[in-house]
Amino acid sequence: MSLDLEMEEIHKIFFEESFEGLDAMESGLLNLDVNADRETIATIFRAAHSIKGGAATFGFIEVSNFTHGVETLLDEMRNGARPVTPDAIQLLLQSVDGLREMVRAVQAKRPVDAKRTAHLSDEVARLLARHGSRDLAAAPGAAASDGPAGTAPRAAGAPDAAPEFLRGGPGWVIEFHPHHDMLKTNNEPLRMFAELERLGALNATADLGELPPLSGLQPDGCYLRWRLELAGAVEKRQIEEVFDWVDANCAIQYRFFAGGEAPAPLAAGPVALPAGATAAPAAPPAAAAPSSAAPKGGGDAGSIRVSTTKVDHLINLVGELVITQSMLSRFADGCSADELEKLRDGLTQLTRNTRELQESVMQIRMLPISFAFNRFPRLVHDLSRKLGKKVELSLSGEGTELDKTVLEKIADPLVHLVRNALDHGLEQPEVRLAAGKSETGTIELAAFHEGGNIIIEVKDDGSGLNKAKILQRARERGLVAADAELSDEQIHNLIFAAGFSTADVVSDVSGRGVGMDVVRRNIQDLGGVVQISSVHGQGSTIRIRLPLTLAILDGQLVRIGAETYVISLVAIVETIQVRKDRLNAVPGGAELFRLRDEYIPVVRLYEMFGVEPDSRAIEDGLLVVVEAEGRRFGVLVDDLLAQQQVVIKSLDTNYRQVAGVAGATILGDGTVALIVDVPGLVQVFHRSVGSRGMLAA
Amino acid sequence: MSTTTTQGDKRLEKPEDAGQYLTFQLGREEYAVDILRVQEIKGWERATRIPHASEYVLGVINLRGAIVPIIELRKRFALESTEFGPTTVVIVVKVTGADSERTVGMVVDAVCEVYNIADADLKSPPEVGASVETAFVKGIATVENKMLIVLDIDRLINASILDGIGAAA
Repeated sequence: MSLDLEMEEIHKIFFEESFEGLDAMESGLLNLDVNADRETIATIFRAAHSIKGGAATFGFIEVSNFTHGVETLLDEMRNGARPVTPDAIQLLLQSVDGLREMVRAVQAKRPVDAKRTAHLSDEVARLLARHGSRDLAAAPGAAASDGPAGTAPRAAGAPDAAPEFLRGGPGWVIEFHPHHDMLKTNNEPLRMFAELERLGALNATADLGELPPLSGLQPDGCYLRWRLELAGAVEKRQIEEVFDWVDANCAIQYRFFAGGEAPAPLAAGPVALPAGATAAPAAPPAAAAPSSAAPKGGGDAGSIRVSTTKVDHLINLVGELVITQSMLSRFADGCSADELEKLRDGLTQLTRNTRELQESVMQIRMLPISFAFNRFPRLVHDLSRKLGKKVELSLSGEGTELDKTVLEKIADPLVHLVRNALDHGLEQPEVRLAAGKSETGTIELAAFHEGGNIIIEVKDDGSGLNKAKILQRARERGLVAADAELSDEQIHNLIFAAGFSTADVVSDVSGRGVGMDVVRRNIQDLGGVVQISSVHGQGSTIRIRLPLTLAILDGQLVRIGAETYVISLVAIVETIQVRKDRLNAVPGGAELFRLRDEYIPVVRLYEMFGVEPDSRAIEDGLLVVVEAEGRRFGVLVDDLLAQQQVVIKSLDTNYRQVAGVAGATILGDGTVALIVDVPGLVQVFHRSVGSRGMLAA
Repeated sequence: MSTTTTQGDKRLEKPEDAGQYLTFQLGREEYAVDILRVQEIKGWERATRIPHASEYVLGVINLRGAIVPIIELRKRFALESTEFGPTTVVIVVKVTGADSERTVGMVVDAVCEVYNIADADLKSPPEVGASVETAFVKGIATVENKMLIVLDIDRLINASILDGIGAAA
């Protein structure tokens, strides 16, 4: 039973690694679009190779068989035997999708979609065959018969004569071209040559052609190439075994000479290791097939992969905490007056430790935004192909860290925005050329910190929003009065209106409206703000501002009467005492306060929240000046209490959202305090003042 | 019907097609809620008031780290309010709404008993008469010659929470 469980664990790791490998393959393939360098191909190849190996080990035969074809294809690309064409990339991308689906199926213990797999396999096989190379996928058996009398098609061009050394008997010529970094992977060529010598007489010639001048020589670089001549009727498999460990770090070519005659090359192009390429596809059925137990429900348990440095840091902190705790507990037995100082020190230390510990624990939840960004190269690639547009996607700030919950919830709105930008923002190449822009449009995705927030920008250099059309549409839908004068910003914001999102909107603004209200709502649910700016003909920028984390807030506790509220420290500009003569009442019941050379509205929190305050006179209280959405206003409270970090709890979970309240938290004494929603307060305030007949200042 | 003759058994074992219900006192009436919805029963503690809430929502409390709203059932049913006494308790229930689950506390005068009530014994409530809006009543049951008002707790709580949402500001 425990063995099953262990196996289950190992499978889990395999699945996780496979998905990572597939992601790596995907992003590598998308890079190939731009430039096809060998290193990238090698990376993709390695990922495919590991997946195949793992799948075969665990007996996921469909997966390993299918990957085998893909791997062969990649292998040929890696060796330069096959050009990297867009078609091939497309097929490989589809194969990655297919593989991902297969691995998912295996993971969920449901049957693999055989039809799709077969179709993809055929495609791969066809491509393999088209260039007249080894057709491993179509005839897997051929791979196993890699004997001296290979039946593979012969290379074009005149066969060169067998080298001197091999005259008089069968033998191999091995062109061994290690990559410069081979030595760094602890591969020692001399040891390999010694292995080869055990198989037969060996003649090694080093090619010094690549050797750089001494000034440019890396001490741990490998600049030599070897031509190895191995005499004897050795099986190819045996030679491959010798080079098994370096397969990823070198290019190898084998040629067999059957006793002084012309060589019989085994392949048209250089044939490279790894042995994987020639392994018989009949994967060992040794590993027990997944048990036929009922498939597990649920699936993703919402795990996080955490970097070890973060965990190490936590462990250190816990260590410190334990030390402090033991130090403090010493005082428990007999604490004299002179030791009081030490006790205080201990407590200070404990406070610091706990805070750091808390911060580190929070850090665990932080993940780089690349988790959300990663899908976009593929999305843009596919969509631009479909739409016939030329697009360049640029990503920046992928390392910016964000709370996992925020990250998960922001992904869908982002997809929506990018899709919109591509579909409706960017024009067709010819339209762009006619407008004097470059044929290729750009979409920029950027993430960065600003204040205590994360900013995510989606920027395109497309046609921008057509204000006239939006306004016309909004009037038709009755969203704006026919005679209303709107600022540019207000017009742009109309696309977020719920009623705007219908399919029959004029074509070049359509879709910008579809679901934009949902996008905005999702962002607002995360405590974020979304803004749009756009210049007609030049493009649009959508800017999303999100809180760093949903879980913790630096708070200022304030008191109103008998009640305690929390105001986010980030929002507070200053706190002042107010003289009555600085206060002006304006018609409609609003009060303005002169703060230096600025008039700011005063919100009497006790009025808004219906609390009985100590005093209604403004000079008895304190005015907390807060800023939200670029506007300042004063919040009148009775007193300031402590500042502390508070853990934000949602009121929504068991109750509902409350206007002016962002959430609740639990204070040190176990009671609940409400957190003031500063931006929300502005809105509530303006609504209440506005309803009393005065327009918001 | 036959139920009156087997009262004794009703408290102990759970027959087929019957549910267990927790009953509580509110004024002179005894109400029942599906016991599977009851998470815990705790003593009354002061709640933190919430602005713009209906008057029967007393506020929120900290229930082992969760923020849980407290509803005063007397006020909800427009009964006369009384001082909270030593038997006053909070019944914490878990209710399911259209899209979510909520944990909510209800302040009641006292908890009474646990009864088995067969589904067949639940009579539909009369159109008028009881002091509770009939929409929140799942049925009326008679146990030990007492009338029990079996509440539709999901409906009652969700409606109470969402009540007056537009009027907040």
